[in-house]
Amino acid sequence: MNTNLLFVESVEVLRNSLLHYHTLLEVILVLWIVWFIFKKRSKQDSVPSKELVENKLAEWRPESLVPESPKNHPSLSPKYVTSKVGKRVIVDGKNCLNLGTHNYLGLSDKAELIESAAAAIKKYGVGSCGPRGFYGTVDVHLELEERLAKFMGVEEAITYSYGFTTVSSAIPAYCKRKDLIFVDERVNFAIQKGLDASRGNIQYFKHNDAQDLRNLLMKQEEIDKRHLKKGAKVKRFLIIEGIYVNTGNICPLPELLALCKEYKLRIFIDESISFGTIGLHGKGVTEYFNIPISEIDMIMGSLEWAIGTIGGFCVGASFIIDHQRLSGLGYCFSASQPPLLASAAITSLDIIENNLEIVQSLKNNALSIHNGLKEILMLECSSFAESPLKHVYLKEQKDRAIEEKLLSAIANKCIENNLAIIVPVYLESEIILPRPSLRLCISASLDNSDIEFALNALKKCTEEILSFCE
Amino acid sequence: MFHESSSVIFLTLFSLNNSLSSPRKSISGDFSGAGLSSTMTVKGRYQLEWSKSRSRSISIISINNIFINIVIQHRNLLQSAHGSTKMDLQKTPRSKESFEKVPFITAALTYLGFYFLMFLGFINQLFFVPKIATEKNREGYAPLYDNFEKFYFKYVYRRIRDCWNRPICSVPGARVTLKNRVTHDNGWTFQFTGTETQCINLGSYNYLGFAKASGKCADESIKTLRKFGCASCSTRLELGNMPIHDELEKLTAKFLGVEDAIVFGMGFATNSLNLPSLVSKGCLVLSDEKNHASLILGLRLSGAVIQIFKHNSVKHLEECLKKAIVFGQPKTSKPWKKIIIVVEGIYSMEGSIVHLPEMLELKKKYKAYLYVDEAHSAGSMGKHGRGVCDYYGIDPREVDILMGTFTKSFGSAGGYIAGTKALINHIRIYGHAHTYATSISPPVTQQIITSMRIIAGEDGIDGKKRIKQLARNTRYFRRRLNQIGVIIYGNEDSPVVPMLVYLFSKIGTVIRTLTSRNIATVGVGFPATPLMEGRIRFCLSAAHTKEQLDYVLSHIEEIADILGLKYSRKPRTTTKIEYSDSEME
Repeated sequence: MNTNLLFVESVEVLRNSLLHYHTLLEVILVLWIVWFIFKKRSKQDSVPSKELVENKLAEWRPESLVPESPKNHPSLSPKYVTSKVGKRVIVDGKNCLNLGTHNYLGLSDKAELIESAAAAIKKYGVGSCGPRGFYGTVDVHLELEERLAKFMGVEEAITYSYGFTTVSSAIPAYCKRKDLIFVDERVNFAIQKGLDASRGNIQYFKHNDAQDLRNLLMKQEEIDKRHLKKGAKVKRFLIIEGIYVNTGNICPLPELLALCKEYKLRIFIDESISFGTIGLHGKGVTEYFNIPISEIDMIMGSLEWAIGTIGGFCVGASFIIDHQRLSGLGYCFSASQPPLLASAAITSLDIIENNLEIVQSLKNNALSIHNGLKEILMLECSSFAESPLKHVYLKEQKDRAIEEKLLSAIANKCIENNLAIIVPVYLESEIILPRPSLRLCISASLDNSDIEFALNALKKCTEEILSFCE
Repeated sequence: MFHESSSVIFLTLFSLNNSLSSPRKSISGDFSGAGLSSTMTVKGRYQLEWSKSRSRSISIISINNIFINIVIQHRNLLQSAHGSTKMDLQKTPRSKESFEKVPFITAALTYLGFYFLMFLGFINQLFFVPKIATEKNREGYAPLYDNFEKFYFKYVYRRIRDCWNRPICSVPGARVTLKNRVTHDNGWTFQFTGTETQCINLGSYNYLGFAKASGKCADESIKTLRKFGCASCSTRLELGNMPIHDELEKLTAKFLGVEDAIVFGMGFATNSLNLPSLVSKGCLVLSDEKNHASLILGLRLSGAVIQIFKHNSVKHLEECLKKAIVFGQPKTSKPWKKIIIVVEGIYSMEGSIVHLPEMLELKKKYKAYLYVDEAHSAGSMGKHGRGVCDYYGIDPREVDILMGTFTKSFGSAGGYIAGTKALINHIRIYGHAHTYATSISPPVTQQIITSMRIIAGEDGIDGKKRIKQLARNTRYFRRRLNQIGVIIYGNEDSPVVPMLVYLFSKIGTVIRTLTSRNIATVGVGFPATPLMEGRIRFCLSAAHTKEQLDYVLSHIEEIADILGLKYSRKPRTTTKIEYSDSEME
């Protein structure tokens, strides 16, 4: 017997057992209508009476717009930089060797860069006065996109006017509600915000732990088996960083990629740090692991670190990237990048393409600092050896507040001793608040004596501060 | 082949609408014969244009891609009815603001045309599969894009893709040089022809004319660039804090007349990354339905409950406030932690100016807070160019949070938030952008400082002259458009002038025709606007001369006749409109 007949049968049974079933139905209907009308009245559709509003208003004590902020919070008194940010930088009047800012290739103060930016001002003015859609697309933007695509060996690139917004706009352009997004738990804040905006189903796996990801995926497979139809429609993504800003570790890309293929995940990599710094030509983690870039669905990057200007970009196949021109919020709704910054970025790419040895010397510097850090016994560094960004922690774990205090004291002492090192600032709203650390950003422009100086100064300051505290 | 069939049908629709609108011409004193002849010209012209560009897909309808997602999201949030907005505004007419209703026939034709185009696109999709833009090596994966979205962008929007994202290769000043491009495959791809067209620029937000490649602003920016470089490669809290940033913040606070200000490298990020530090779960946000994407994104990230009120409707806002006070949070009925009203100074798609005095009254009465996004109004409104507060003569300290961007009037990039010391300190400590995003580039900062000093009158009367010139241009241009008989939206004093063309076909055609006459403008259609409110937007600038505006107006007048844009049924003056400073005329 098929289901239709079953239905007829059951109605027949009902009819026989309840003689006045229609009366019952009518009563239910009337009750429902009464309830519906009553509900309409009680609902918040009508404007409440004046007295009621006044009474409630008199009672209501709204919170103040912002809570009182601590008077001597360190964020209120940041350090002043009074020079170009290059190999050396003047911090609070001290001329320091710069290991604090992310100019890994030492390009930000290059004369060529500045001259090309100046030429752009002379041609285009400073601002672009409009979003990309509305006459804000200047020819240098197109040139930059073309150059980035060529440099990375992909079909298309798209540029944004701000690095943070690139990542946080690109992710929600693809990841939507109900999509499954697997994310490394230590991803940077911009990715976290992008995930928030996507409102997807986010699953965090342990930092750089492919096995943990596999477990999650297997668990998901179990769930999918129960809802086969639903599971087939759900998009799955893996979002990782090339080199993690918050830890300095490199992602285990080959293992992750194997999982992506097995479980049909699309993979997005944030290469803000690794772009321009890792791999033979500085093309990032794909080059480093010798993986064809076509395996990666999208790579997001920043022009603010190695490239030395301001902005961000995404590269990948046209099928993927072109979508952002209509759906990337930070692309469509924001004024385009000032042409002078785009122009400077093109010059940066020129320099990187024509001087292979820059990336090589960055690698050497990173390695020698990594080795040198081992000599400082009170500190430890777990970051990836070739990474230009290193997080140095206190060997002895202490309370967060104490660690913070000690590390800032060390950083300040270093600045007094002409070495610019900083303690990265985080907000409480991070998914996992990173452990306080000293952040070293290594530049290609350092030479051996600089490295020696930096290591010695760091060692001296650390010993001084820590022994003083004990 | 399908393009052709579609064009024939749309040609019929197009001329039908045109001939239907022609009786109205008698109001303006035209003879009906003239109306008839103009219909004929349309056909002839349209066919001519068609045969000329057979290889190119003629756009029939217009979609503004850009706001698609956010508009849909915004709508989903509360399903606010767009249609009722206009009616509401008409109930409470303002002397200076106008939102004329769409003629019934036009509305019907617009809907019809839109569905027709969707239908044709659908047939097109069945038969014509493009060779480009497919995903490789992803068999068996869940499709990346929503089917409708994909269809819409490929088969509807593509037809008029050439009207947006046009590359320029000059300063976006009073004039702008476009790089010409052609498409040989119906809008899938574009190729540069190697030629350039110089146009009068009514598309860029260059309100005070500071987009210049020479002069004081450019010189000082270059000087700063040479001294401090392009960028700091660091955030403000780490090693990206330069004295020039402090200088800009102090200057901004002083310029706006508030205690303190904080600046960021991107206007969009100013909204989307700072709102989450101001509102949180348990707060209610009352947001205008026409608010910008960045505000909506920021609010969405904050986790607060968002309620949308009808565009610029003080009455609806008050209703929402009353309900919020009485009913409190949903489910728990606990009172809200705080209520924040989020509005914009000038709405960039509507050309309307916020009803600030009334909103301030409500805010005070109901103990709410007010956030005003002055992206378009900072610099361009008010006697001193200090934004909407200046325009209404209101003490800026009465507004809790003043936000604005430097992209528009200041010819630079970036944004600011200004208000009390306590507010700004809070953002310095808890704001996402201040903590994680790179500091604003020194030459860009310098451009703002120099232009703001000029506007504030620290360097003589140049700034005053610009503000006056913009106000004069705005009034003249708006009055002349009214006289021509096209429907324009918004406030008389707003330099953003949307001209309603309703039909999708007309958005594309108007933009292309104007470009062929060396005028660069912007078109906006569904889904950025309601389905039947396709429009052309003009942004005026202090850099425009009367001659340039006259040139533009004469062409608009001409094509308004040819394309049937004279929808307005308001009485028109026949007296000559003076180009003068006077407020009254």
